[in-house]
Amino acid sequence: MTPAPQWALRYGPPALVMLALLAGWEAFVRLDDVPPYILPSPILVLETLAADRAILLPALFETLKVTFAALAAAVLGGVGLALLFAQWKWIERSFLPVAVVLQVTPIVAIAPLLLIYLEPATAVLVCAFLAAFFPILSNTALGLASADRNLVDLFELYRASRWRTLLLLRLPSALPYFLGGLRIGGGLALIGAIVAELAAGAAGQGAGLAFRIMEAGYRLNIPRMFAGLALISLAGIAIFAALSALSAWLLGRWHESALGPER
Amino acid sequence: MLEMTRPQTLVALRGIGKTYANGTRALEGVDLDIRAGEFLTLLGPSGCGKSTILRLIAGLDAPSGGVLTRAFDNLGAEIGFVFQEPTLMPWASAFDNVFLPLRLQGQSRRTAAPSVEEALSLVGLADFAAAYPRELSGGMRMRVSIARALVLRPLLLLMDEPFAALDEIARFRLNDDLLRLQEELGATIVFVTHSVYESAYLSSRIVVMAARPGRITAEIGVDNAAARDEAYRVSAAYAATCKRAAGALRDAVHGEDL
Ligand SMILES: Nc1ncnc2c1ncn2[C@@H]1O[C@H](COP(=O)(O)OP(=O)(O)OP(=O)(O)O)[C@@H](O)[C@H]1O
Ligand SMILES: [Mg+2]
Repeated sequence: MTPAPQWALRYGPPALVMLALLAGWEAFVRLDDVPPYILPSPILVLETLAADRAILLPALFETLKVTFAALAAAVLGGVGLALLFAQWKWIERSFLPVAVVLQVTPIVAIAPLLLIYLEPATAVLVCAFLAAFFPILSNTALGLASADRNLVDLFELYRASRWRTLLLLRLPSALPYFLGGLRIGGGLALIGAIVAELAAGAAGQGAGLAFRIMEAGYRLNIPRMFAGLALISLAGIAIFAALSALSAWLLGRWHESALGPER
Repeated sequence: MLEMTRPQTLVALRGIGKTYANGTRALEGVDLDIRAGEFLTLLGPSGCGKSTILRLIAGLDAPSGGVLTRAFDNLGAEIGFVFQEPTLMPWASAFDNVFLPLRLQGQSRRTAAPSVEEALSLVGLADFAAAYPRELSGGMRMRVSIARALVLRPLLLLMDEPFAALDEIARFRLNDDLLRLQEELGATIVFVTHSVYESAYLSSRIVVMAARPGRITAEIGVDNAAARDEAYRVSAAYAATCKRAAGALRDAVHGEDL
């Protein structure tokens, strides 16, 4: 017997587990005659997704738009501040406490307050930004500070300016750390956006996916709630996968984390 | 002709002391001349200040006492530094790693290419310019590191236990390569090692150090007439040098324990 190809061994088992779970769910709903307003079957969820696409897809697009705008802002802000931290220690000492306060305060608790001061659309954006900002900042700052000691000495021996040391040594050293922060930040931006949409509730402009899920809940349209939930999960997975692919592409040949398990 | 002139002193250390911020007396009263063309080995137990001496010579740290004079000014151009680990930039190819010192001097890739390629072929890696560090063996990475230190043709090569992490076969080969490179380039080498045998094989002079506080306890001149090759490794002259160095090292460590 020829051995199974690599990809089958790698992706086969998790795919089987997923399928088995879905099949079990489908069987349970059918055999027990569970009504769809209690628990819809996976197939019904899929059908609802197709039927309600005119409502759900624009909502998904809206939420993703906010997520990516917030993520982009968090990258600019986080990397920018980390660069300032790396160049001037006193800035780090002055600003780090503020960043930590923002980090440890749960976004769910900040959202209602933001909604009082800001337009709902802006509040959602700010929430998503705050969620993504800290992991990007702290990872990048850590990466900038953890360049190899001996390489730093070598740059000093060759009289490299601070600017060139940053460009040629500290930034590349920080890249794997930054990409790790970006992957976490991507997921958190989505969560931040969803949380803020939920907090905005009926007061919101009602365009995002979380709002549609709530709306479906009020109408007891359980299948549509599940369909919306499935879309959020898929979006989260897609964001993580895209950022992982970006990371693997950027780190290419040089970093351990970019290498497959079989090496 | 060069041998006839009095050996020129490249770096002179007079009464050098170094106390770190936490109070560690890493060096005390170190007098040492580094003469042009020599292969000087610093041999001593861990913590006796060997790395500290190299850092002071390279200007990466300032002595806390004594006078250190150099016969040259542009440290970046005249000193090559090789660390215990290859310390290559993992995101850069072998070529780009060797290119670094030239790049920091403001040279373009194009103008630097001949020098970089020459340095790579000096260490036998002409065919691996495009390889990334993680695609190279430990010995090959160390060769890239040596090529990087040589690419500016420095007067003085400082090597801090460069082969300590390699297996014996790779180490023997790099020992021979290093001696050949020194001959070809006429460089002066200060070499730090824990190994009595390595110091006896490579050096024209061995300086033995003791710790707490770091200081020089003995100096052993080595007759350089015999060619360094496999035959030398089993010769009586080599055995005698090993014995003297081992004795001096034992005294240095023993004195510390009393
Ligand atoms: N930056 C530092 N701050 C404080 N103490 C230091 C520092 N660097 C070195 N030391 C101390 O100075 C002494 C000499 O250190 P050094 O690294 O020069 O020794 P070494 O001979 O190179 O040792 P090894 O063979 O282990 O590399 C040691 O006791 C060490 O702990
Ligand atoms: Mg050392």
